[in-house]
Amino acid sequence: MAIISTAGLARTFPSKAGPVEAVRGIDLTVRAGEILGFLGPNGAGKTTTLRMLTTLLPPTGGAATVAGHDLVRDPAAVRRACGYVAQSGGVDPNISVREELVTQGRLYRLGKAQAALRAGELAADLGLCDLLDRKTSTLSGGQRRRLDIAMGLMHRPAVLFLDEPTTGLDPGSRTDLWDLVRRIRADHGTTVFLTTHYLDEADALADRLVIVDKGVIVAEGTPTDLKTQYAGGPDASLQDAFLAITGRSAAPQESTPVAV
Amino acid sequence: MTASPLLSDTALIFGRYARQTLRSKFQILFGILMPLLYLLFFGPLLTGMPLGSTGSSWQVLVPGLLLQLGLFSASFAGFAIIIENGYGVVERMRVTPVSRLALLLGRVLRDAALFVFQAVLLVLAALVMGLRAPLAGILIGFAFVALLTLSLASLSYALAMKVRTPQGFGPAINSIAMPSMLLSGLMLPMTLAPAWLNVLSHFMPFRYLVDAVRSAYLGSYATTTMLYGGLVAVGFAVLAVTVGTRVFRTAGA
Repeated sequence: MAIISTAGLARTFPSKAGPVEAVRGIDLTVRAGEILGFLGPNGAGKTTTLRMLTTLLPPTGGAATVAGHDLVRDPAAVRRACGYVAQSGGVDPNISVREELVTQGRLYRLGKAQAALRAGELAADLGLCDLLDRKTSTLSGGQRRRLDIAMGLMHRPAVLFLDEPTTGLDPGSRTDLWDLVRRIRADHGTTVFLTTHYLDEADALADRLVIVDKGVIVAEGTPTDLKTQYAGGPDASLQDAFLAITGRSAAPQESTPVAV
Repeated sequence: MTASPLLSDTALIFGRYARQTLRSKFQILFGILMPLLYLLFFGPLLTGMPLGSTGSSWQVLVPGLLLQLGLFSASFAGFAIIIENGYGVVERMRVTPVSRLALLLGRVLRDAALFVFQAVLLVLAALVMGLRAPLAGILIGFAFVALLTLSLASLSYALAMKVRTPQGFGPAINSIAMPSMLLSGLMLPMTLAPAWLNVLSHFMPFRYLVDAVRSAYLGSYATTTMLYGGLVAVGFAVLAVTVGTRVFRTAGA
């Protein structure tokens, strides 16, 4: 069953040099309970697509349904059904972990007691219990990321959007985060839509990959499908498949050899 | 959850920012420094001057200083949201179902509460300096401070969401606030001005507010000055909150 479906979803930005077509028509179906990896070179339209699907940016063309609600006609219902963890996270450094979690729950219209209960539950689940009364600025990178994800899960969303969730994390924290994402899906059937530049992450985590370039989808399939179809066989590297599909190198990430 | 999500959302956002303010005693007191210095070192110069008012010079100066406090403090409120935008806090709130109007109102009501508190301190200091004015007039003055700060903070947040960098925002605000202060006769009443300046100042909305508060400080409430001041203050507030909410609804577009 499709939990996200888009048809010709497009976004054009006006600029002094004429309109810029950031996203030129995305046709996409995501099944409920799927972990979808959304990949593409810098500037391919990943974040713009994500910002449209989370109601932050109105589309200039096409249509989309998220969790059964029309993106344009009923953005409020889409917001209730989705959690979104942006690259920058979005917590205030001077506020405590507990206060941020409870306020987030209240923004999703949980009652006071409900929000406090849910904050404790998630803190236990995500290993944040000892940190609840610390300011968010005192957390390590991995702890911060777990808090960001807890913020996105306060209202038990059907769909969780993660924008480059492991960028900047050490290898141990990255593997922990992958386990966490798998566990969220396994325990609650949450659909996870994640963007990443790390092909090993896409390979390890995603059931299916969608590769965008220049604002359109250029390939999609399981990691094995893509390797077989574009790089010569299931044992080929996803990097070779990615380069063959996009015809150029992906994000320059010289400092991290595991990424393209 | 409740019958009116707007009210509970606004209370939630107000609470978040009120707690933030209470954590910073410096922020609570700093805004009053400039008007306090005017009160101490500029006020005494006026006591013997012919200001064209039936009351004392303090009844002319203090209303001006109150609105100066509102003008400068509230118009810089947007700085906070530039910082929050950097952390991604505003965007994170905008993906939740929270009311867009509440995202603005919760913030500006905190600002209005803070600046009215500062205004109370300023009036207490002025009483020590020699101000005598009817209580009702003083209370009306606080109401004008509240309306002015509500309006200016709304516009300041709206501008900050558009400009997004402190380098762009600071100069923009300064270039609006300074002429606003001078042209509305906050320091000295515009009735002392030559005709051209007096006429020009009528195009500055804050002039009507300061004239109304001066009238209130003299105890004359049922005047056209008061009517115009009230209409301009309320009209400006409605306009500013509408603009601000629109920006919170469509930001990033």
